[in-house]
Amino acid sequence: MTDRASDIVKFDNVGLRYGTEQEVLSDLSFTLFPGSFYFLTGASGAGKTSLLKLLYLAQRPSRGGIRMFGRDMITLPRSDLPDFRRRLGVVFQDFRLVDHLSAFDNVALPLRLAGTEEARVAKSVNDMLNWVDLSHRADAKPATLSGGEQQRVAIARAVIARPQLLIADEPTGNVDPDMALKLLRLFEALNARVGTTVVVATHDVNLIQKLPESLIMRLNKGRLSDPTGALRYPPARSRATARSRDPLASERRS
Amino acid sequence: MTGLTSSARFKQSGRLFPQPGMGGPIPWVIAILITLVVIAAAGGLALKNLANSARSALSASVTVQIIEADPSARAERAQAAAAALTSQPLVTSVRVVPESELVALLEPWLGASAASEDVPIPALIDVELNAAASPEEIANLQAALDRAVPDTKIDAQSSWLGPVYRAIEALQWLAMALIALVAFATAGAVWLAARSAFANHRETVEIIHLLGGTDDQITRVFQRTVAVEASFGALLGVILGVIIVWLLGQRFAALDSGMIGGAGLGWGDWMVIAAIPLIGVVVAILTARVTISLALRAML
Repeated sequence: MTDRASDIVKFDNVGLRYGTEQEVLSDLSFTLFPGSFYFLTGASGAGKTSLLKLLYLAQRPSRGGIRMFGRDMITLPRSDLPDFRRRLGVVFQDFRLVDHLSAFDNVALPLRLAGTEEARVAKSVNDMLNWVDLSHRADAKPATLSGGEQQRVAIARAVIARPQLLIADEPTGNVDPDMALKLLRLFEALNARVGTTVVVATHDVNLIQKLPESLIMRLNKGRLSDPTGALRYPPARSRATARSRDPLASERRS
Repeated sequence: MTGLTSSARFKQSGRLFPQPGMGGPIPWVIAILITLVVIAAAGGLALKNLANSARSALSASVTVQIIEADPSARAERAQAAAAALTSQPLVTSVRVVPESELVALLEPWLGASAASEDVPIPALIDVELNAAASPEEIANLQAALDRAVPDTKIDAQSSWLGPVYRAIEALQWLAMALIALVAFATAGAVWLAARSAFANHRETVEIIHLLGGTDDQITRVFQRTVAVEASFGALLGVILGVIIVWLLGQRFAALDSGMIGGAGLGWGDWMVIAAIPLIGVVVAILTARVTISLALRAML
């Protein structure tokens, strides 16, 4: 249960170090608000991927507190993690597709792990593959897909279960500009229609400019700056919804 | 969202990892180990049957020996002892062994002189008891006999067979120890194979975890693979083991020995042997479950 609407994600003075190295993230304190769209930027090595790992619960912080969906993640029992992870959608930078599964089965994984009825799995997966223009590659194994195709499968897998929080690490790095825009519209539609909070880590300034009303978090040497007031509550700007460009709506109509 | 049957979910979870088939070591290792267990168990059960058979045939009877040089006095004392024994509640029947029978028994060793009066032969009385007698009961019987006819000696066959029984018992313990060792080896082999399989699929396991898969879902996949492989190996092992036991049985039966005749396997014994592959599969599945659960616990 979310005890406060603002508690989708709340970091309180979080630090992260690997082993005995110096901290890669320091003194991170911010809140992600429900239904907001964030870009996370920063130079290579600034700590973006480390921050995303904390967000998608692949890593526990070295210090500080993290609350997600109203629960303290530091003291959360390991056995409760799957329930929280099922509320997340993650696009990994290296895609992390399961090699021996087809594109269809990779996209179906989150639904099957959640115990969704197979008929619904088939319909949702086919719709999603259609949206990312991969219907004709449904039976292909990841090794036979191009980098761009693998990326689209990874994105389809991340959004198939309509997550409450979508975390994407360089999600458009391997696709052409048209497909990049199309995928961005998908994220935007999830954000607008389903209320998914979206965090996209990217170097791509053009991509950020496509969504001028988005909020920007900038990492510099493991510390956050707040150029758009994204970390203040309430946020400095609220963005308009994008119903007119809603691919999920058209998907439902079809 | 939860309309999927558990069996369908099980099938789906089985697709999470590539199925190794029978190419891995587990089926063959388990087949060999189950074969050894079947042979050891059959041996242990046969020894138990042999001991029981001998015990039931011998422990409910004793022999009374009367040593007396004078033939007529010996006969008188034998009759008196037989009369005294007949009145004992423990005794069901008494038979004074005729001297001609004793001479016939000794003739192969002593020749014609066995019948000579120069070679005194003790009088023997076969006594059947109504149950296997304890050492205390034998002592009471001896005391009662001593009161009626002094200087007699009761030979309880069970007492001179004691070392034989103990040797058979030791062999049974050895068979059980072998079974325990092989069960331990089975668990060890499965533990190693499960750890190796887990290490090979660690990347997939991490992805499944990050997508919201539970430890139980992941463990079930490994368990299912081990169950299939172990079942195949156990079936093969029990068939091989039964064939070997049957062949050994034929060899022993050909000896036509009265003692070994009691060592045959009954239906109950064959049921125990039939349970061995099932127990082997359960041991393998539980070992896989514990191994994978421990490995998963080390991950976030």
